Amino acid sequence: MATADRVIDARGSFCPGPLMEMIRAIKTAEVGQVVEVLTSDSGSRTDIPKWAEKAGQELVEVVNGDDGDAILVRKVK
Amino acid sequence: MPKRLLVVGSGTAGLMVANLVARALEGKLQHHEVEITVLGERDDYIYQPGFLYVAFDLMDPRSLVRPVRDLLHPRVHFVHDRAQRVDAESRTVSTEGGVSLPYDYLVIATGSRIRPEEVPGLAEDAHWFYTLDGAVKLREALQDLRGGRIAVSVGIPHKCPVAPVEFTLMLDAWARTRGLRDALEITYTYPVARAHTIPAVAAFAEAEFERREIKVETFFNMESVDTGTHVLHSQEGTDVAYDLLVTVPPHRGDAFGGASGLAGAGDWYPTDRQFLRVQGHDNIFAVGDTTDLPVSKAGSVAHFESEVVADNLVGLLSEGRRPGHTYAGRAFCFIETGLEEATYISFDFQHPPVVPTPSRSIHFFKQTYNQIHWASLKAVI
Repeated sequence: MATADRVIDARGSFCPGPLMEMIRAIKTAEVGQVVEVLTSDSGSRTDIPKWAEKAGQELVEVVNGDDGDAILVRKVK
Repeated sequence: MPKRLLVVGSGTAGLMVANLVARALEGKLQHHEVEITVLGERDDYIYQPGFLYVAFDLMDPRSLVRPVRDLLHPRVHFVHDRAQRVDAESRTVSTEGGVSLPYDYLVIATGSRIRPEEVPGLAEDAHWFYTLDGAVKLREALQDLRGGRIAVSVGIPHKCPVAPVEFTLMLDAWARTRGLRDALEITYTYPVARAHTIPAVAAFAEAEFERREIKVETFFNMESVDTGTHVLHSQEGTDVAYDLLVTVPPHRGDAFGGASGLAGAGDWYPTDRQFLRVQGHDNIFAVGDTTDLPVSKAGSVAHFESEVVADNLVGLLSEGRRPGHTYAGRAFCFIETGLEEATYISFDFQHPPVVPTPSRSIHFFKQTYNQIHWASLKAVI
């Protein structure tokens, strides 16, 4: 699993909470940094990768876990 | 020594909690066994759902405002001042006016605030209908409108979740009645993958927008506004050019929560979803927009939460009974879909909403509620 520069635990929050956490974190991150959002909302698995594609950011990894998913996005621009 | 309930906030949630408890404990108030105080930085109450109608010149702004004192139970004290800090240890709230108010039970009902300044250029170039002044200015802009490109751009989080959809559909209907629709290009932008965070509302709105030739831009998070060229830029790299920009700015809680060390990110209060207590504090409750709960920031939510908190406070204040009433995430929102039709959504934590077919009767029910609200606020009905 890739290493994140910043980890946000959004487990327990519902759509659009985890996605908005990712959007806010990428906005303030430096280019090249990786943001990891932990989420228990199943919609995040599709919403965050779709957002990364639209925003031209790099989806690094989606890791499925017992108590939620870890979704990692690198800021590339 | 009377038991003291202090309510911070003189909006919908604050007034409803204070009035509901006062009506249930009138005898104890009369015999000074219980004291209720509302601390509010505003001494007038504004019916915010009316802003939408003001923008289209369908309501007189003056009809939306009433003095807080006139809406409070006569035995409830009102302190017109701004809260500065909660000291949970000494059970006091200090105010900017230098007063210290003691409490046994505290209710935080300080609502939410728009933050257009978070997007550079937005406050300078955009209109909004989330304040009374803003709605009046937007009304003037719409009265002068002869055609062009209108962008309706939404930030998250914001109160009254369906209001942007309502405004856009009412704008379409309003423009048609004025013979302007063919001269207008309307674009609606939204931060997530669909036109609304609630899937059923998104499906309804997307179908209506397509039918009415309203363009939709999703995954559009406002980044900045070029006030010279009138172009709105998104974080995702898409741009929308406009002649009139109407925004629903992102909201935050009242910064007083952060200053007190009780509120978390965004100045929202971490709140337990069952009893609506501020986490870590058995005698502090949060009601309405100010919570961090995954529920809509809406007047109806404030109303239903107020009933739960008031019922529990009545038990605590009268016989020290521990809270037993719970909040189930209940919400109800009317959705105006034009100038003469409306629909609604009703939902809770376990039951997502469906959107019924719009009708004139639901629109008339909403118009009626706009008047009933005042009695509801006083806990008369």
